[in-house]
Amino acid sequence: MNLKEVIKMELDKIKYLQNQAKELRKIALTMIYHAQSGHPGGSFSAADIMAALYFHYMNLDPQNPNWADRDRFVLSKGHVCPILYSALILKNMIPADEVCHLRKQGSMLQGHPDMKRCPGIDISTGSLGQGISCAVGMALAAKRDQKSYMTYTLLGDGECNEGQVWEAAQAANKYQLDNLIVFIDHNRLQNDGTADDIMPTLDLKEKFEAFGFETLRIDGHHMEEITKAIEFMLSKKNGSPKCIVCNTIKGKGVSFMENVPSWHGVAPNDQEFQQAMQELEVGI
Amino acid sequence: MGKRATREALGDEVLKLGEENKDIYVIDCDVSKSCKTLEFAKRFPDQHINVGISEQNAVGMAAGLATTGKIPFVVTYAIFGSMRAVEQIRQEVCYPNQNVKILCSHGGLTPANDGASHQCIEDMGILRTIPGMNVIMPADYTSARKLIRAASVYQGPVYLRFTRDGIPDIYEDEDHFEIGKAKCLQDGNDISIMANGDTLFIAIEAAKILAEEGISVRLYDFHTIKPLDVEAVKEAVKETGKIITVEDHNILNGLGSAVCEVVAELGQGIVRRVGVQDRFGESAPYEALLEMNGITKENICKIARELLK
Repeated sequence: MNLKEVIKMELDKIKYLQNQAKELRKIALTMIYHAQSGHPGGSFSAADIMAALYFHYMNLDPQNPNWADRDRFVLSKGHVCPILYSALILKNMIPADEVCHLRKQGSMLQGHPDMKRCPGIDISTGSLGQGISCAVGMALAAKRDQKSYMTYTLLGDGECNEGQVWEAAQAANKYQLDNLIVFIDHNRLQNDGTADDIMPTLDLKEKFEAFGFETLRIDGHHMEEITKAIEFMLSKKNGSPKCIVCNTIKGKGVSFMENVPSWHGVAPNDQEFQQAMQELEVGI
Repeated sequence: MGKRATREALGDEVLKLGEENKDIYVIDCDVSKSCKTLEFAKRFPDQHINVGISEQNAVGMAAGLATTGKIPFVVTYAIFGSMRAVEQIRQEVCYPNQNVKILCSHGGLTPANDGASHQCIEDMGILRTIPGMNVIMPADYTSARKLIRAASVYQGPVYLRFTRDGIPDIYEDEDHFEIGKAKCLQDGNDISIMANGDTLFIAIEAAKILAEEGISVRLYDFHTIKPLDVEAVKEAVKETGKIITVEDHNILNGLGSAVCEVVAELGQGIVRRVGVQDRFGESAPYEALLEMNGITKENICKIARELLK
């Protein structure tokens, strides 16, 4: 392969992942629209990270979601599950018509991820601060079993208010879990308002560094930065757990949702849905 | 009669289980010396984790480990294992029905001189209300070992509670124990006494006194309060009519409450509850704390006589 081909392959990959991120946002919004309930803001801030993980880096067998050697993913900020469910739909791990069943009685797509009902969910989450501990447990199991799978987890910046996040970070450092990558969806908004008003995060990158993590700060919507950051972390088998602080925009991709705290947990009406889908398709 | 703390059984049985099954993990929370898991840590470092003083993380990690097929035993004091980490137990262990065991020493009043902050009188009641959880307090060293073993092969969440201090040996090695099955120690027709944990011995002593007075006591070890042996309660109501429950736990929502639920719905029978009188303890001798709450053989006998009047 010559250099030109390598560059083209890289560009194709980025373009493909950008497109997958767009599809994820559209499916997630459709889900939330059908449910008339759910969390679009945080789903959209996490969409690009999710696209990179599920459509390039994670080693999964869609036919066998419980494959013992699969890479693990823990959605510690469980309320943005529409974006995770969308990834599972695009991976053919759950049926496409589930898009109409989010938050419906008897559905595999519960309001927060449920490992007993939904294939591809590695652990049930929803109560903030807890998923990262579970991810630490999974990564430690891989170390003890000498398995090479990675464990990825996605946390909100508001979630980092929870003390348990830092308990888990201490343990990740103690057990040298370089097979764990923690993503922080740093959109600077939480349920009640801006993080600055509700509970200042301070410098999350420095904080995780102080807990012994190898850290990077990136633009969480810039696909090349996301892929380069993941590749850098995957290459560093140095005994340090990894944390990528992703600066993001809540509601990213829809003009009237971007950076608007009230879009944390509400569904669009008919008109808003049409406009949002249009903007997601062609760009703002 | 020998006396042993049931936390000794915790240490001894997990050591044996760790040897037999490499999937059994112990997660300590910086109290491994008190909980008797030091030897496990030494012998099986690859199956041992010490997360320090962070019980919430201990339970979360246990849940993560359980998804990979491990059988994690989270070991700490009852007060922290049942309350500091209760939401983690609910969300990540019970709701997804994960194969995690919570083993807690210092249950009830036996950490007597530690005072109220370490005397855990609410744990069994709290955990009993979580769907899918099993709640057990063994009455002596031998039954503790057997019930830990039973919990290790049961698929799903189990909470086991142990004493800090020595309590009398009651059972022989041949005695059999099953989760959810009350053990009838003595048959009788006048009144039933249902006890568990360290108070079973007090109930045995009371039954002896009552026997001398010609009162025939049916005596049960209700080591499991969830799932409760409903059939045993119904039988006791039918055949003796009167029940006294005895527990080293708040009288709210423990064994006594669980038995009352069955009896009330049956619409027959009468129950009197002996236990901690919905009050905090203090630093004091164990016997004094029992006395303060009327958890004595004398009080049990007095209540029995009143019921039989």
